[in-house]
Amino acid sequence: MKKFTTLTSSVVPLPIENVDTDQIIPARFLKATTREGFGENLFCDWRYDDSRTPRQGFVLNNPTYSGKVLVAGKNFGCGSSREHAAWALQDYGFDVVISSFFADIFKGNALNNGLLPIQLSDGFVQRILLAVETDPQAQVTVDLAAQTVTIETTKEYEDFEINPYKKSCLINGYDDIDFILNQRQAIEQFEQQKAVV
Amino acid sequence: MGKTLVEKIWDAHVVKRDAGFPDILYIDTHFIHEVTSPQAFDGLRKRGLPVFRPAQTIATADHNVPTWNQHLPIQEPLSRYQVDMLTKNCAEFGVELYGLGHPYQGIVHVIGPELGITLPGSTIVCGDSHTSTHGAFGAIAFGIGTSQVEQVLATQCLLQQPPKTMRITVDGELGTGVGAKDIILYIIAKISAAGGTGYFIEYAGSTIRSLSMEARMTICNMSIEMGARGGLIAPDDITFDYVNGREFAPKGAAWDSALAHWKTLYSDADAAFDAELHIDASDIEPMITYGTNPGMGVGISQQIPTTASQELSERPSYEKALNYMGIGDDASLLGKEIDYVFIGSCTNSRMEDLRAVAEFVKGRQKAPNVVVWIVPGSKQIEQQAIAEGLDKVFEAAGFQLREPGCSACLGMNEDKIPAGKYCVSTSNRNFEGRQGPNSRTFLASPLTAAAAAITGRITDVRSMLTENIYA
Repeated sequence: MKKFTTLTSSVVPLPIENVDTDQIIPARFLKATTREGFGENLFCDWRYDDSRTPRQGFVLNNPTYSGKVLVAGKNFGCGSSREHAAWALQDYGFDVVISSFFADIFKGNALNNGLLPIQLSDGFVQRILLAVETDPQAQVTVDLAAQTVTIETTKEYEDFEINPYKKSCLINGYDDIDFILNQRQAIEQFEQQKAVV
Repeated sequence: MGKTLVEKIWDAHVVKRDAGFPDILYIDTHFIHEVTSPQAFDGLRKRGLPVFRPAQTIATADHNVPTWNQHLPIQEPLSRYQVDMLTKNCAEFGVELYGLGHPYQGIVHVIGPELGITLPGSTIVCGDSHTSTHGAFGAIAFGIGTSQVEQVLATQCLLQQPPKTMRITVDGELGTGVGAKDIILYIIAKISAAGGTGYFIEYAGSTIRSLSMEARMTICNMSIEMGARGGLIAPDDITFDYVNGREFAPKGAAWDSALAHWKTLYSDADAAFDAELHIDASDIEPMITYGTNPGMGVGISQQIPTTASQELSERPSYEKALNYMGIGDDASLLGKEIDYVFIGSCTNSRMEDLRAVAEFVKGRQKAPNVVVWIVPGSKQIEQQAIAEGLDKVFEAAGFQLREPGCSACLGMNEDKIPAGKYCVSTSNRNFEGRQGPNSRTFLASPLTAAAAAITGRITDVRSMLTENIYA
């Protein structure tokens, strides 16, 4: 898995609530059998019209905004468990998604791929959006070790929570399978005890 | 202090618990399908790993299959390739596959229970968020991503934090024309599309206890639509009677010992839940959604909420949803013309759903401008429906009985609702474009969907019922 330590980047604002995984990557694009290439269809139906012309109003088509950090409204990633949503965001170029609330499965999928989902207070998300409105080039710095997000233009920052195990996975670039494979003896022992019961 | 049902099952499956780490949770049963498994098998190949316990994984093809002419090769090349890949992966790794043409094929969450693979007290996962369906049997069942599918294939375990628990108690009698789908749409509307996030939900109360297994599956199925990973119901005689005798259910002495264990599966009287919600069944009327998430639902006789009644910060998203749906602020949905009716999906494609619809439409005709698809959840249900003559009833009404699959629930296979068209659907999601690009979905029960099929409009089914079909 890709390692994550710190990142300083401008941000892409998407202040819409309940962004579901069908918007992130519609089901008709889930026919691929590899993990690559989903970025071109990220937010497809918001990004393109029927003739695949970019919709001018959508933020990914607005050259003013760019960066490796997506800032979205609350309950981001609700709906389907498709990991393709995390793959699509990452394939497009995002390394971090910030929201005031994440759906559970999406959050797990993102963490399992080295895409960092950061939950911040409503108020701080609003302050990031305001900073970007004031200056579209405004940058944020994400420091995973310190668990902080800082708005570079104002130096305001907020702490975020992350499970310590997941944090060490991201910093070291290892994943759950590496971890569980080392527990094989315990798993086999558990199976034997279960069979006796 | 006693334990909740979730805690009892969870604790019995913890292989290892270390401070500062998620639990290593043992998974009894793993279902896979064609869409979320290919990258997991690829991962195993890259790591040079076999499937650790192949007998505990069961595969079927459902999301990406046509529901018409299933005996012919799949026409769409990418879909065909994906389904072929599942066949190849299952053969290579020794996993049982109930693929197209197999008498057990069907929607993954329909066939597991139907075959007696889904059992009380077990842990069940699948790369599909509606895995919560299996919780109806008193199981811990939840959807996972593809990396986790790979974990389960490789180790039969997952790293998981124990969930918080919520109990939703529904007591009292349901009104005429009100069924399980209305209960769950009512609950989601009450606590919102995010209100259950982080919880496993136990559904309890006299109303829930009185429901059949199929109705309980409809309820647990939509737990994810309020953000909950899973939902479950304590097993009882209704559960045991359903499981007993099914193809893969325990038999003989194994059944006796399993049953003795299953009878211990309930939340202790002094167990504490992290959250509780009480609902009076008599407050629930036939429900319908008006927006673009399943929490945007109302009783069918009510006006939809005004934009002004929403929190200031939520108004832009609310307006966006109403614009997408082409619905005015404060409107009533009754009488709204519709174009399609879809009766199917892992939420409502079982025998009881088909029987209720057939009983309602017998002697009636669909409205001329409406296309009606009935998609059974499995090959076995399709065969049973034909054996009971329901195919004739549907045909006479102008409804099309198709072959099993996820169909128009997710706009992935050939069954899509065209852009701009309205569909009353018994499925579980009304997201933008869920049933096809720019399609517009009203979620409802099978009876409400059937009523719309007949009138061509959103209709209060109670006005067309002489007796209660759900009773």
